[in-house]
Amino acid sequence: MTTATAGRTGAPARPASNTMWHAVRRALRRNHAAKVAIGVLFLVVIVGVFAPLIAPHDPNAQNLTLKLRPPFWSAGHQPGYPLGTDNLGRDVLSRIVYGTRISLLVGVSATLLSGVVGTAVGLVSGYYRGWRDQVFMRLADIQLAFPTILLALAIIAVLGPSLWFVILVLGLTGWVNYARVVRAEVLSLRSREFVVAARAIGDNDRQIMTRHLLPNITAPLVTIGTLQVAAMIIAEASLGYLGLGVPPSIPTWGGMLADGQLYLRSAWWIAVFSGAAIMLTTLSINVTGDMLRDVADPKAYTK
Amino acid sequence: MSGDLTARSGGLTLPRIGDRALWSFVGRRIGHAVLVLFCVATVSFFLVRISGDPVRQMLPPDATAAQETALRAQLGLDQPLLGQYVSYMTGLLHLDLGQSLFFHRPAFDVIAERLPATVTLAAGALVVVLVVAIPAGVVSALRRGTATDTTVMAAVLVGQSAPAFFVGILLILVFAVNLQMLPASGMGGIENLVLPAVTLGLYSIAMVARLLRSSLVDVLGEDYIRTARAKGLTGWRIVTAHGLRNASLPVVTVVGLEIGNLLGGAILTEQVFAWPGVGRLTVEAVTYRDYPLMQATVMFLATVFVVVNLLVDLSYAALDPRVRLS
Repeated sequence: MTTATAGRTGAPARPASNTMWHAVRRALRRNHAAKVAIGVLFLVVIVGVFAPLIAPHDPNAQNLTLKLRPPFWSAGHQPGYPLGTDNLGRDVLSRIVYGTRISLLVGVSATLLSGVVGTAVGLVSGYYRGWRDQVFMRLADIQLAFPTILLALAIIAVLGPSLWFVILVLGLTGWVNYARVVRAEVLSLRSREFVVAARAIGDNDRQIMTRHLLPNITAPLVTIGTLQVAAMIIAEASLGYLGLGVPPSIPTWGGMLADGQLYLRSAWWIAVFSGAAIMLTTLSINVTGDMLRDVADPKAYTK
Repeated sequence: MSGDLTARSGGLTLPRIGDRALWSFVGRRIGHAVLVLFCVATVSFFLVRISGDPVRQMLPPDATAAQETALRAQLGLDQPLLGQYVSYMTGLLHLDLGQSLFFHRPAFDVIAERLPATVTLAAGALVVVLVVAIPAGVVSALRRGTATDTTVMAAVLVGQSAPAFFVGILLILVFAVNLQMLPASGMGGIENLVLPAVTLGLYSIAMVARLLRSSLVDVLGEDYIRTARAKGLTGWRIVTAHGLRNASLPVVTVVGLEIGNLLGGAILTEQVFAWPGVGRLTVEAVTYRDYPLMQATVMFLATVFVVVNLLVDLSYAALDPRVRLS
């Protein structure tokens, strides 16, 4: 536990990421759920990266003679289609495998984008305070007043469906969490000795923010970032479910779920397997994120 | 400065009518809320215009030039941008949210018509949240570290990770398709409300149960709980009289904010269950490219969120004198 706190309170000479890594390894020895979750996440990433090698069929190949076939353990299943087929005779497994790519791509890119924007805003707000802080925090309030999903819906309805718009919209609306946490951390760090010392030896504001403050807030950043990936994956799936995410030609978990709901009475497997893919992924991310938060905040850990 | 003047009643410090600090706090918060709404209105006005000419997008591809001109004039889009903005904002002050293109009626009336469904659903979900989350939070705090606690917290984590639309579809599959106990969609009697309310409430249940647990665990570690125990109070009385009362403040805040989320966050749940509320109306507005209605629903949901936030802030200030002095 002492190493974990050292990451947040120690001088920048000792990189926070290093101490956090040790604390994570120690926490993993006790936390079996997190071990399983990280294993699942590893698998999900492998499936996403190597989708063309893993998927048994072209995810968009239609075969109407094979439509609505059940999964492999049911009577009437089609060999070679282990999770069954959908209403157009497409392979459910292959579509889920390819859907992994989109979910991960959107989840990770949108998180990175919102992380960069939010961290920059939080650093500037907390370090300079004054009018910059006022402006940014009011912007945060306005951002929070828009339900994200609604904003994304409206923007995509106006601009048209596109993978990049989805990433851009989710990335640019998700910055508030980061900004608030980074701002609070910076406010408590800005008058500490190592910051004063850095200024005394002639570092300018930008150097202080990037070299001294930023390394000391990596622990909370990693935690929010992890949880944010799950939120982004759910947001992308929600847009896909509403039919307003990426173009329908790209297989996504949310889009499959929407198709699956139409055939719930005759072919439950379309909705259940795609939904299970979403849940397994987001649950694993959240379990991992919780573990990271416990490591970063030992006070919460002892509860 | 005024904390010492406030009357003590029932363990909570209630503000007096003449409390200067309180009224200045109320004034600042209301001004703040108005500013946020003004900005939301501005953003939603320009949002529809970022595509350039919305008329092109609203009309079918085979529309004639005359139809285009007519619609542009009807929407006032032939006016200069600044003039449009001023008349839009003036309209908002009179609760005029524009004319819905699809329904051919004022957007305000269309929303008002759908509002009861959304409120019913939110109320149902709130009941589910309170009935499930409070016992779950209390039990897992009292049985901290036991199998019960682990089970409840694991369920909370699953609830937080599950997307509403998937939970809704699973519930339909089990209770409507397989067991045929409850209807799969639409609005009607109480049996129609059960599945949507559970779906909508799930995330809030997880939030509230988790917060209540950690808040109660904090409180149960306080000295006055030990004192109460030393006085010979029984475990249950300690929890109800001393623990829950003190643990409830942060929970009240979150429940308040969750009410805002339940009212505004029902887009997906309403879509899954074909529930005729404001959330579904929003999706319809997007599908029909009804831009004025879209603008109106954005404005409406943002207003609900801001007003609920304001009320939560104000009630919190009334309950906790430290808030209004900061």
